[in-house]
Amino acid sequence: MRTYHQLTDPDRSGLAAQIGAQRRRVAERLAGVGRILAVMSGKGGVGKSYVTAHLGRALARGGKAVGVVDADLNGPTIPALLQASGTTPPAVGLDGVKCISMGLLLADGAPLAFKGPSAESFVWRGAMEAAALREFLGDVEWGTLDVLLLDLPPGMQRYLELCDLLGAPPAVLTVTIPTPESRDAVRRAMRAAVDRGSELLGIVENMVGGELQGSAAADLSREFGTPVLARIPWHPTPDTWNQLATRL
Amino acid sequence: MKFLCVECDQQMAFTERALPGDGTLAATFKCPKCGRVVAMLANPMETQLVSSLGVEIGGRTVPAEAFETVGANVVTGGPAWSADAQERLRRVPSFVRGMVKKIYADYAKERGIREITPAIMDTARAELGLEGM
Repeated sequence: MRTYHQLTDPDRSGLAAQIGAQRRRVAERLAGVGRILAVMSGKGGVGKSYVTAHLGRALARGGKAVGVVDADLNGPTIPALLQASGTTPPAVGLDGVKCISMGLLLADGAPLAFKGPSAESFVWRGAMEAAALREFLGDVEWGTLDVLLLDLPPGMQRYLELCDLLGAPPAVLTVTIPTPESRDAVRRAMRAAVDRGSELLGIVENMVGGELQGSAAADLSREFGTPVLARIPWHPTPDTWNQLATRL
Repeated sequence: MKFLCVECDQQMAFTERALPGDGTLAATFKCPKCGRVVAMLANPMETQLVSSLGVEIGGRTVPAEAFETVGANVVTGGPAWSADAQERLRRVPSFVRGMVKKIYADYAKERGIREITPAIMDTARAELGLEGM
């Protein structure tokens, strides 16, 4: 019996071609974006979204056209941090920063859920989230942007999806808090980013000057040869963010 | 995915795709030599996996709409929608439908409204300045 590749008529479904068309759609949409930066951390609760939102605002105050993709589909906070509103994506927030987020689509307080069979949903849920991310990247009319910030959730899954969707690994800005526990978790994420070929732009150490003790940013900086771009205190001023923006 | 008529050693041709509405998918293929027709029947989980990739078995006949996968598959939560209200929402262009739906849902939730009807939509539209939505 002949095998798949021995059947020479084209596959009518053309699934590979459909996937290819999706990738081209993302590439065409992002052709007008000057720079794509992924804000990531291997650790939850370190303030990635907070850093992303304020960095975006600082860049916008400096004259840049800035967009933010809230890639934390299950815990979207960017619309609230940017006070973004509107009826047509992208929503526009403080200082004119544009954004797209699952938080703009879900009713307040509603968890992210998908239609479909509940049994064994783990089989397809990851693919559905990747599809949502693809549509955030490819279906939003961003227009010309100087910078598109991608606010990633904890862990590496979404980063890996981004690498596939973008066709190349995005440059990475890493966020940590000072503690050794955070350092160890963030190290894994940075190692994965390096392994995939991402440029490490630097490290932002958040929540500095309080009860959280440690030297995570300095340790990671030495280990990966990448600079500490900012140490963000508990009550940062706009100037704190402006300085970070100028270092990128 | 390709289908082979083993008896004829011929690649079968895709003929039809059907979505019966129970979460499953059916696709039929026909042998161009002997005319035999076979159906591929996918269970709900398999169907959902294909859907989540944003692709269509048998190929696309129309280009993908913006936010097609999100719009069709995300459960946005919030108040119930009457059939008339759902129909009206469907007329909103797909690329803005999600955000418009949330605005109506939040409006209803803030006022303790359990079901969104066209009348509620009219009131919200006037209060929120959503003309044309």
